[in-house]
Amino acid sequence: MQVHQQVSEYSDAIDLMVNMGPQHPSTHGVFRLVIWVDGERIVKVEPHIGYLHRGSEKICESEQYSQIVTLFDRLDYVGNLNNELAFCLAVEKLTETVVPERAEYIRVILCELNRIASHMLFYGVYGLDAGATTPMLYGFRERERVQELFESVTGARMMHNYIRIGGVKEDVPDDFDENVLVLLDHLKRGIDECDRLLSQNEMFLARTKGVGIITGEDALDYGVTGPALRASGVIEDVRVTDPYSIYSRFDFGIPVGSNGDCWDRYYVRVEEMRESIKIVEQAISDIPNGDISAKVRRIIRPPVGEVFVRTESPRGDLGVFLVSDGSDKPYRVKVRPPSFANLQALEYMLKDTYIADAVLVLGSIDIIMGEVDR
Amino acid sequence: MPMRESSNISSKREIKAPVVREYLDQRGENLHKILKESISDFPGAEISVSIDMVTVKIDSVQLVKICEFLKYTEKFGFDYLSCITVVDYEEDQERFEMIYHLISIRLHHKMAIKVSLPSNDPTVPSVLGVWKSADWFEREAHDLFGIKFEGRENLPPLLLYEGFEGYPGRKSYPFHDYGEW
Repeated sequence: MQVHQQVSEYSDAIDLMVNMGPQHPSTHGVFRLVIWVDGERIVKVEPHIGYLHRGSEKICESEQYSQIVTLFDRLDYVGNLNNELAFCLAVEKLTETVVPERAEYIRVILCELNRIASHMLFYGVYGLDAGATTPMLYGFRERERVQELFESVTGARMMHNYIRIGGVKEDVPDDFDENVLVLLDHLKRGIDECDRLLSQNEMFLARTKGVGIITGEDALDYGVTGPALRASGVIEDVRVTDPYSIYSRFDFGIPVGSNGDCWDRYYVRVEEMRESIKIVEQAISDIPNGDISAKVRRIIRPPVGEVFVRTESPRGDLGVFLVSDGSDKPYRVKVRPPSFANLQALEYMLKDTYIADAVLVLGSIDIIMGEVDR
Repeated sequence: MPMRESSNISSKREIKAPVVREYLDQRGENLHKILKESISDFPGAEISVSIDMVTVKIDSVQLVKICEFLKYTEKFGFDYLSCITVVDYEEDQERFEMIYHLISIRLHHKMAIKVSLPSNDPTVPSVLGVWKSADWFEREAHDLFGIKFEGRENLPPLLLYEGFEGYPGRKSYPFHDYGEW
């Protein structure tokens, strides 16, 4: 691949072009970043994506609705259940399916636990980006606890295919409630431990405070959503501002940062894990008995029309746009991946920072390349 | 409640399927009301509803004008462009439909703008000057569907590799042309 944009306007200042990636330990995927530096200061960056482009949206057009759920698993492969939910919500809205209460609660519990698992992975690898190895071990330990619960419920650690159109695949195991309560207990202590370990570490603060600043207004202009936007002080969470599923029933807060720097983006996620625990606690205490799936035809043929749903995935505003022509396969599926839009702001955040901070700024956006490239 | 415009979804298989019912919530109703009053300044603009999304169909020459109007007018304040979608209605005269999903973070509005483009010259003005988030979405549309953006010539490929032939997002692009091995 060639470098496309000439940097003639900077030519007198530039003395080095640094190529980061496609494979780099900090990029959590395959991603190439071309950086032009003047001494150690970054003058310009150019992200290259598309290494994982599989044409998921095109594949969706030749699959039946119920088969597409598995494809959504593989977009954001760290927040699988949130992705499945987004697609199922779109089809349910189109077909006006009413999901049973019990299924809604199971979905919310699992999605919020998935958010915690995703943020724990972020916590671990972000520590690693900053040069600290220990947080990775702690983060992955907590994440593994959640994965074990997922395995007992869905049968898989990552590609669950558990949330189905109209409900969920099967009922949770008998000991689910106890397991969740035990897990929450572990997680609460785990999150506090992780927080104490890294957040106020002097070296971590020195490397992340005031680095990669983006203002709320600019972040919105670039389409940044999720924790990265909230770190810049914008109060926006789809679960609250445009509630889907049964999120309007729960009482939880939206953690918001004030500076929009790397530390704020990191700490908003730590706080978000605590809020997710609050949601799971409320959900597990009033989970009703009953059906776990609505009566859905085996081959789903939604009415002609189009629908756009927004959900809050661990990375931000995950949108699904669906066009149905009345047949058993969608006419068009468009995913609005949060990482894709968040990554656009990287150029802005990296400008005039130092090359040693490039990895930290990139890590703080928490991108998943499977979702960026689709 | 407004009547739904006739859908231009291609009738390739002549399926007699029911059409979705639209239901606006309170926010949607309000937006529909104030949008209907303002939209008369834009000749040719049509307002409709798709399930719970207020949709404005507009001519491509007025796209940037209406986008600026919607972003900078106090009562709309669409400060966030969520995504740009291209839908390929293969057999229609107006083959490509661009859909811009707009969201107002401040006022919690949401709406869509639609622009239809002809098959022979799918060119649309770029909205990069209005929202910076349009950048990669437009490059993606250019890569996968061959949409051209006025003011953004020579767009380098974003998702595809250098020298890729054809537009893989289009319905006409061969998909199942490989065999088992």
